[in-house]
Amino acid sequence: MLTISQFESRSVVIPTRDIDTDQIMPARFLTTTSREGLGEYLFHDLRLDSEGNPVEDFVLNLPEAEGCEILVGGNNFGCGSSREHAPWALLDYGFRAVISTEIADIFRSNSLKNGLIPIVVDAETHDYLLSNPGIMLAVDVARSTLTLPDGNVVHFPIDGFARYCLVEGVDQLGFLRKQLDSIQQFEEARSWTP
Amino acid sequence: MAAARTLFEKVWAEHVVAEETPDTPAVLYVDLHLIHEVTTPQAFSMLQEQGLKVRRPDLTLATMDHSTPTTPVSSFKDLAVVGESAANQIAQMEANCEEFGIELLGFDSEHRGIVHIIGPQLGATQPGKTIVCGDSHTSTHGAFGALAFGIGTTEVGHVLATQCLLQRKPKTLAINVTGQLGKGVSAKDLILAIIGQIGVDGGTGHVIEFRGEAVMAMDMDERMTICNMSIEAGARAGMIAPDEKTIAYLTDRPRAPKGADWDAAVSRWQLLKSDDGAEYDRSVSIAADRLGPMVTFGTNPGMVIGIDEPVPTDRGNPSFEKALQYMQIEMGKPISETEVDVVFVGSCTNSRLSDLKQAAELLRGHKIADGVRMLVVPGSQQIKKQAEAIGLDQVFTAAGAEWRESGCSMCLGMNGDTVARGKLSVSTSNRNFEGRQGIGARTVLASPMTAAASAIAGHVADPRRYLP
Repeated sequence: MLTISQFESRSVVIPTRDIDTDQIMPARFLTTTSREGLGEYLFHDLRLDSEGNPVEDFVLNLPEAEGCEILVGGNNFGCGSSREHAPWALLDYGFRAVISTEIADIFRSNSLKNGLIPIVVDAETHDYLLSNPGIMLAVDVARSTLTLPDGNVVHFPIDGFARYCLVEGVDQLGFLRKQLDSIQQFEEARSWTP
Repeated sequence: MAAARTLFEKVWAEHVVAEETPDTPAVLYVDLHLIHEVTTPQAFSMLQEQGLKVRRPDLTLATMDHSTPTTPVSSFKDLAVVGESAANQIAQMEANCEEFGIELLGFDSEHRGIVHIIGPQLGATQPGKTIVCGDSHTSTHGAFGALAFGIGTTEVGHVLATQCLLQRKPKTLAINVTGQLGKGVSAKDLILAIIGQIGVDGGTGHVIEFRGEAVMAMDMDERMTICNMSIEAGARAGMIAPDEKTIAYLTDRPRAPKGADWDAAVSRWQLLKSDDGAEYDRSVSIAADRLGPMVTFGTNPGMVIGIDEPVPTDRGNPSFEKALQYMQIEMGKPISETEVDVVFVGSCTNSRLSDLKQAAELLRGHKIADGVRMLVVPGSQQIKKQAEAIGLDQVFTAAGAEWRESGCSMCLGMNGDTVARGKLSVSTSNRNFEGRQGIGARTVLASPMTAAASAIAGHVADPRRYLP
């Protein structure tokens, strides 16, 4: 597993609130059996018209979005379906972090397991990010900080264990498998069996 | 004396293998792992790459529902999966279950159906269990007093390999529903009203416990509808304390405990309720008796109004304006003037026998309006059989609706059942997101009764007009 500690990128902004995982990754592409190469489906129906041509004014199709690795979304990003295909698609497209005032539970959990950093910021910082697309942002996962171009440093909450796994490159399944003895003892000690 | 605990805390505590610490999450044991074809292939690939086995195939139950065709067939052998990649995914599910020794209720099984319908129907869903599935609507099973929640595919791999998950303990949210629902008003209307009140992010980080007179008056089908949509309020799970209705529902189900085990289980289940004085992190109240039928007007389940209300006005809010533009619905206009192209009765929210009965009672003796297509998709092959035994299929087809095989169908349009671009669908499903039922499809979420009334009227219609 890769370690992830620091990166810098310009931001791209999709200000809509409640961006759901059906918009991020439409259901009809979920028939894949792979987790690779899903970037081509990212925001598919917002990014491409019915002929498959780029929608000119959709932000990810603008030249300035090229190479941006940080996506700023409206409030409550990633709600809806549990499909892990959503963070897989964002990562494959080139994103490394998503910023909002709130990030839905399952999407956040899925993101952390794949190295996409979910960053929750206060409303004031969020307003600033929404109204200043394209600014250079620095993310430090180990310190849980987002640094703005004016040097202001914003701390973001991140589960300590998830952060440890990201920074140290720890595989969560490996960690869980070290508990197999305890799991077996738990099974044997139960007063009822499922 | 032990501290008063909530229902959630009791179930959680019974499944902690290792307590959480500031540095590490809890290791939580899973009693039932439900799996389906869409969110598991990459998890099985991971097991294969690492040479791991499924630790407890006996606690794992598989079915295929998302890309299952629903076109009526006389034999399962005639089921034709739409699209090469869906067919490949289904073949891979069959191969994975075979390789790892997991029971698959596949196309040839009389018990197959939507994963959240068949768990309860078989009696595999039981009070006090932890139940997970790579599917956000796993919250449905909480209606039995289980702790049930959706997980991602990486976590599906964790459960397959270890029967456990790494979890931080969520917060608790009590939703107290006072009074009783009126005639023509159903569980679906109540949960839509709750989501409208607390918002699509109102439950984030929380497990909801639905409580109060109106909830306990509901049958199990209705309680499942309520818990099913907990995720649409962003909640981790929804739960309802088990009672005599829960026990009656599970009695003699194929996978419910038998004999002395049953008696022991019932004694255990009877303790599964929040203690008097137990504290929740948050509490919300809602009055059931003031509610009418509810419908959505926007592009998330929180954008919801009473069926006799005008569409709200929120000019200058870009997300709101964008949603209404997508829906081609105008602010200030009565929602009941919205013309309908498609009506869908189905999904893990509303495809149980009582849902089909409610829709059929309204349709009996009526024809659906010219130009409206209506699909009725039972939640499982068992429900299909039960509905046919009491002639519901005849009521639907006589009215001009299509009676289909079971599956997720038009809820998310993965199996070829889709709503065409720009068409408006009144749907008993759970999500009205942009493109959810098909590219450019416009979805109005409603109860089975409202869906049936709208099919007859050809526009969004109040079911109370049609009630006997």
